[in-house]
Amino acid sequence: MSQEAHAGAHGQIHAPPQGFVRKWIFSLDHKVIGLQYFLLALVAVFLGIALSVLMRYHLAYPAEKIPLFGTTLTPELYLSLVTMHGTIMVFMVLTTAPQGGFGNYFLPIQIGAADMAFPVINMLSFWVTFVSFVVLVSAFFVEGGAPLGGWTGYAPLSALGQIVGPGQGMGMNLWIISIAIFCVASLMGALNFITTTIDLRTPGMTFMRMPLTVWAWFITAILGLLAFGVLLAAGVLLLLDRVGGTSFFIPGGLVVTDKAITDHAGGSPLLWQHLFWFFGHPEVYIAVLPGMGVVSHVLSTFARKPVFGYRAMVYAMSGIGVLGFCVWGHHMFQSGMSPYTAFAFSILTMAIGIPSAIKTFNWLGTLWDSQIRFTAAMFFALGFVSLFVSGGLSGLFLAQPAVDLPLHDTYFVVAHFHLIMGVAAIFGIFAATYFWFPKMFGRHMSEGLGKIHFILTFIGVNAIFFPMHWMGLWGQPRRYSTSDSPFTFLADMTPLHKFITIFAIITAAAQLIFLWNFLWSIWRGKKAEMNPWQATTLEWTVPSPPPHDNFEGEVRRIYRGPYEFAVPGEAEDFVPQHVALRPAVKS
Amino acid sequence: MKRNASAGSTTVAILLILSILILTFVTLYLFMARTWWFPKSITVLGDEIDAQFVRTMIICGVVFTVSQLALAWAILRYRDTGGRATYSHGNNTMEVLWTVATAIMFIGLGIYARSSWAEMHFRGAQPGAVQIHVMAQQFAWNFHYPGADGQFGKSIFKKVNNSGTDPFSLDESDPAYADDVVTAVIGVPVNEEIELTLLAKDVIHSFFVRELRIKQDLVPGMKIPIHFTANEVGDYELACFELCGLGHQRMRSFLKVMPRPDYEKWLVGQKAEE
Repeated sequence: MSQEAHAGAHGQIHAPPQGFVRKWIFSLDHKVIGLQYFLLALVAVFLGIALSVLMRYHLAYPAEKIPLFGTTLTPELYLSLVTMHGTIMVFMVLTTAPQGGFGNYFLPIQIGAADMAFPVINMLSFWVTFVSFVVLVSAFFVEGGAPLGGWTGYAPLSALGQIVGPGQGMGMNLWIISIAIFCVASLMGALNFITTTIDLRTPGMTFMRMPLTVWAWFITAILGLLAFGVLLAAGVLLLLDRVGGTSFFIPGGLVVTDKAITDHAGGSPLLWQHLFWFFGHPEVYIAVLPGMGVVSHVLSTFARKPVFGYRAMVYAMSGIGVLGFCVWGHHMFQSGMSPYTAFAFSILTMAIGIPSAIKTFNWLGTLWDSQIRFTAAMFFALGFVSLFVSGGLSGLFLAQPAVDLPLHDTYFVVAHFHLIMGVAAIFGIFAATYFWFPKMFGRHMSEGLGKIHFILTFIGVNAIFFPMHWMGLWGQPRRYSTSDSPFTFLADMTPLHKFITIFAIITAAAQLIFLWNFLWSIWRGKKAEMNPWQATTLEWTVPSPPPHDNFEGEVRRIYRGPYEFAVPGEAEDFVPQHVALRPAVKS
Repeated sequence: MKRNASAGSTTVAILLILSILILTFVTLYLFMARTWWFPKSITVLGDEIDAQFVRTMIICGVVFTVSQLALAWAILRYRDTGGRATYSHGNNTMEVLWTVATAIMFIGLGIYARSSWAEMHFRGAQPGAVQIHVMAQQFAWNFHYPGADGQFGKSIFKKVNNSGTDPFSLDESDPAYADDVVTAVIGVPVNEEIELTLLAKDVIHSFFVRELRIKQDLVPGMKIPIHFTANEVGDYELACFELCGLGHQRMRSFLKVMPRPDYEKWLVGQKAEE
């Protein structure tokens, strides 16, 4: 059987949909599903930003009524915002936009496929994610409000119910159910991505000719498949502890505000942490790996130069993927886990810095002797590299259990993970948005507004998160509401809190420029051609936006690697992947 | 696409270069000048941890500065001039070089840090260390001293509790109980080794005194020992560092480091208050 026939034999080929519902709502088209994921993440990210602005205002001005919100925050409301901000950002933004959104839209096109391997599962995975989001947000509106235990949901605080705090009742149940539903959706998505990448590559698209974006989505999907299953199991066990009378995470002999807990015994609070972080650490890479792929792709395209060390990049991402499953214990150095284990986790964590450093040096190598075209997408990719360096290096402090002793659960950690998995990953998403917008909507976003958005955001996020390193050294704890905190050493932090809050408001406002640019450009942006960036990969060989089955039944044969820029002897400075090699000229 | 040399691009590129330069040098300055820093350490272990922090900072500082400046330089130097980039797919020698270099630096740093961790956890407290039990609950700290007999009174599981007056659920019929002292701040003698046994009643809490540099979670169902020797007299704030509920941010106590005679007087006074 020829490879063409092989590709055609799959169920992913389906007729164009008729009617609004099948076309835009219950669509089987990976491009529409990608857009749905993206829009969900867009709604979620603005909700997450709004929560963070409320928290920032409270931290700087705890006694003042928050404008528009109309009241001050109680400690329990503050903590529920902490929980919901983290959960919404990690699950509904950083996991959905780069993978579910851009991965869905562009992975099939970049490997020359007509759709994902299982279009119905693809549709289901989005709608199940949507249900998960609705359930999560509904936690705000039930009795007791949203849970206050943080996005990590440590047991037994998360297991004992309303008795340990408002929000730990129905709100906590909804939180767990939402996470469990999200896991199911992510598992379906991961299966689809893996199968599609392995099975549906067009002839000539060998693994080592895949764009680095595809590699990143592929590795991310494998991580998702292995990690979300564990979180799903942990979530079910936690729910059973709460409603089923089991004691997986609740030890015996507890007394909560004078009430003896007599119906639980034998559970282990540390078991929850192991299960959670076995998922939670790979999740960091699930959030940031697609960004790494996009940044490699965008840097190469606008530097007009092949990616420096393509193979090294693939090995580094694979290395990060494997090591990512061996380091979860570094979240638990001070948890009561065996200190001998901590030492092993520490060395493995230091080791994961090696592939991360390789990637950084290769990005700089790609820029060396290049011809940089400064587009908004390119600026966000450059910003990503800077943020990745800043956020990555602080990890070397936290990876040493002894140095982690004073730093654990301080703002040093908040600075570290926001820079690397929050803001850097978001910069990857922005780079992807400015880069692929012309392909997705057939129009350009305003480059001018994009650049203003970039520089404000870049300055803003550094001004927000860098001071947190020093606050961490001084001992500023995470998850402390300031309204009734008696600590005298924390009073010294007020000027820094105010500084950060001002920049948080400016940075949040700058995102409205993006929102305006995005929405306005969908209908009013400058028309885009098929290949406006003079790029080399397959998505730029189809119309903008691409037709229903991407290649209209044609098979693109691949002849070369994904980043053939500045090839000597070629008329143009880029050679697309599907351009056949010329026979060697005999002299 | 034509050469992209519009005014906006150049301005934003220059602003980006400036931002990176300011970020790099301000960060370096603030770390070196120690504008904001750890509070003064009061243990030998704390001094060692601070020294390892500085070692890590020197390595990270070099990598940080070199990488950020290289990025800024590339943005300045390699902007599009209408020419063609160098056609290169990389350089294996460079790949091996920086892989080996980072491996040695990062792993070496991790192994070097082992001694402080071993001092904190692998080596237990010496025999004769002052023994204190610590009980954390929503949102209070309590401390249990064994008294002159050196024996802690037994804790028992009581169906009816009053955590306010009896946080450790002590068995009043236990003879070892009679001379025990339960306090709300933790008094210790200076320059003597202290061993704490960390306990929690309800949910996870965490014990952190900034000047000790020691942080350890208190986990319900577990007894976790830690030890330290404070070498400076004074009162230091003890904070809960693991989110434990709506009063987490007000869960405070004090570590009171005193000369031995003052410590003994203080303990007698605490017993009298009971």
